Amino acid sequence: MSHVPGLIQSIERSSAVLRLLAAGRLRVKEIADALDLPKSTAHSILRTLEHVGFVEQDTRTARYRLGRGLLELGEDGLDLNELRGRALNWADALAARGGEEVRIGALRDGHVVVVHHVFRPDDSVQSLDTGHLLPPHATALGKVLLAYNAPAVEVAVRAGLEAYTRRTLTLPRDLARSLTETRERGWSLSVEEWEAGRAGIAAPVRSFGGLVVGAIGVSGPVERLCDTRRQARPALVEHVTATARAITRDLAGS
Amino acid sequence: MSERYVLAIDQGTTSSRCILFDRRATVVSVVRGEHTQSYPRPGWVEHDAARIWRDVQRLIKRAMREAGIGPAQVAAIGIANQRETVVVWDKASGTPVAPAIVWQDTRTSSMLDGLDGSFIRERTGLPLATYFSATKVKWLLDNVAGLRSRAARGEVLFGTMDSWLIWNLTGGKHLTDVTNASRTMLMDLATLSWDPDLLDIFDIPRAMLPEIRSSSEVYGEAFPGVPIAGVLGDQQAALFGQTCFAPGDTKCTYGTGGFLLMNTGSAPVRSSHGLITTVGYQIGSGEVAYALEGSIAIAGSLVQWVRDGLGLIGTASEIETLAGTVGDNGGCYIVPAFSGLYAPYWESEARGVIVGLTSYITKGHLARAVLEATGWQTRDVVDAMNADSGLALTALNVDGGMTADNLLMQIIADFLDVPVVRPMVAETVSVGAAYAAGLAVGYWSDLRDLQHNRHSAGRWRPGMDADRRAFEHANWKRAVESAVFFSRRP
Ligand SMILES: Nc1ncnc2c1ncn2[C@@H]1O[C@H](COP(=O)(O)OP(=O)(O)OP(=O)(O)O)[C@@H](O)[C@H]1O
Ligand SMILES: [Mg+2]
Repeated sequence: MSHVPGLIQSIERSSAVLRLLAAGRLRVKEIADALDLPKSTAHSILRTLEHVGFVEQDTRTARYRLGRGLLELGEDGLDLNELRGRALNWADALAARGGEEVRIGALRDGHVVVVHHVFRPDDSVQSLDTGHLLPPHATALGKVLLAYNAPAVEVAVRAGLEAYTRRTLTLPRDLARSLTETRERGWSLSVEEWEAGRAGIAAPVRSFGGLVVGAIGVSGPVERLCDTRRQARPALVEHVTATARAITRDLAGS
Repeated sequence: MSERYVLAIDQGTTSSRCILFDRRATVVSVVRGEHTQSYPRPGWVEHDAARIWRDVQRLIKRAMREAGIGPAQVAAIGIANQRETVVVWDKASGTPVAPAIVWQDTRTSSMLDGLDGSFIRERTGLPLATYFSATKVKWLLDNVAGLRSRAARGEVLFGTMDSWLIWNLTGGKHLTDVTNASRTMLMDLATLSWDPDLLDIFDIPRAMLPEIRSSSEVYGEAFPGVPIAGVLGDQQAALFGQTCFAPGDTKCTYGTGGFLLMNTGSAPVRSSHGLITTVGYQIGSGEVAYALEGSIAIAGSLVQWVRDGLGLIGTASEIETLAGTVGDNGGCYIVPAFSGLYAPYWESEARGVIVGLTSYITKGHLARAVLEATGWQTRDVVDAMNADSGLALTALNVDGGMTADNLLMQIIADFLDVPVVRPMVAETVSVGAAYAAGLAVGYWSDLRDLQHNRHSAGRWRPGMDADRRAFEHANWKRAVESAVFFSRRP
């Protein structure tokens, strides 16, 4: 079979599989025959497409069809309640190790929605703010989510970068610089950009293919999260990024 | 010196898990594998015990690999397990003689008729129901050709999942712990030993039973130098993991079913409201802590049914998303009596109903009714617990996979009208098994040491109007009556 050098053959084959399935429901063997592929190759392609949500298999008939993920291409394909369920154990461990409260956030309609919240482990009176909305440009969670989502940055800038404190990044140029820095080191820091006296550290949670589907981070008083030069404490950064990697492994792996 | 950890095995109804904990009871690695639920006939539920053992072996290795450690860094192993499920295996070959009969299985309901329920309750603390092991063992002895004579000769062994795993891990020790034994309906709750009268009633040869041990001691080695040192039924493990050490301390675990346990101290409390009297835990040669238990047969498994049976959702978590599309149940109630109703009703023959259907009802309302069913069943059990103990619950400690569901946690707080509190580790079943094992080998020094690890991670406050709560509660009660009514054939 001819193949143009420099192009990725398995992606070409996957698109062919999707085109076939757009016309009707098929078994592995039928797909393999139609594309003149070994059955094992067709099977691997179908399993991968199933993994990313682009095809589904009817368990009764064993036939494949196009998956829900294709219909919802504009979304990142992960239900937020599912994200919480998958991250629960790791978020707890982060709160226990870091000694600070933990939040998981995702971007929805230009806001960071708090998907999950774990109390600081000191048994002080705290209340859950799951479901609350946070400003993306002023929080560590938000800056991680923006750093890997250029269209969302445009939306945020167009909406106007509201000042919450005198340290909030209100100029697009400053925000862009902060986001570049976030991408370069793989985690974000916000010191008194949203609330005076408070800081946050966050890192990206990725799904298959590296897609950023959320952010996890700790927040608390500046003096506990940062050193005297207002830099993030390395031990906390390590806890946050290791936790984000653990959730990523879980999400990308199954 | 490199750090050491405690490894917990949580052999549950739907999945097996291995979790490594550090000294602060923080999760270091967690791995899980789901196994198949077989429903060969209506009312039957079976597991492949050999497959479960293979899963556990694989998971132990993976948990250590993910944490980057070897057996030398494992201070002890704790086991928590689905309770009551019956495995009978060949002593010589180690092969199960039949599929494991799972606690939810109701194939033995016709056996209950001739039995003296009040005697059995008096002796074991358990209500007469198919739920417990005894009738299931008897069923196998009656139905597998030649099994009873082989059992009498000691050629086949019976055990709950803990025994099955210990036997395999240690290469042939036949043991169980007192919490698991208390769920077989074969143990005398006062003497904590196998009861000759009960063995007689169920016609079960003594030779096939394991030896009963405490919940925290060295049972044997799984690897050279790595002892198995904690064993508890999963719900008792959760009670222990939630550090419910004082009389009155209560927790509710939401997994496949829902299980509310209250520590009642060193004397068993007999329920007059349909609760189970059971062993909470026993640390080495110490005093036994008893517990009152309210069991809900169907909680998370209703969500699984919506996923697998109805195909309305792709993952369990999506039930919350779907339920979030509506503001209330639209007048619809689901009573999930798939394997009868457990506490406080104990209607083995009841079957599920969905009531209040109109053309207005969407899948969103059904999803809401699914979550509310768990809320109301909790309320029923809490009401019984309050009545039996003469105390009023002031807050509910929760754990288990369903606690990921914020809407459900809010519903429970609303229906009970008390705050719902989630501890820092949702996997309390595993924590409890780890604690029991760690105590036995001195990894943790005492119960106070364990209590230091406990913090709350989340708290939901009740916010439902009292009139609405009463209205909804009355509807739920009538829905339950419908389920019972429907199963009573004229
Ligand atoms: N977000 C959610 N909302 C509602 N139910 C959920 C959610 N996530 C998981 N569940 C349900 O919780 C159950 C899984 O919880 P958990 O992992 O504690 O159970 P389990 O330990 O496997 O149960 P068991 O020990 O009985 O096997 C499943 O039945 C699933 O349907
Ligand atoms: Mg469990």
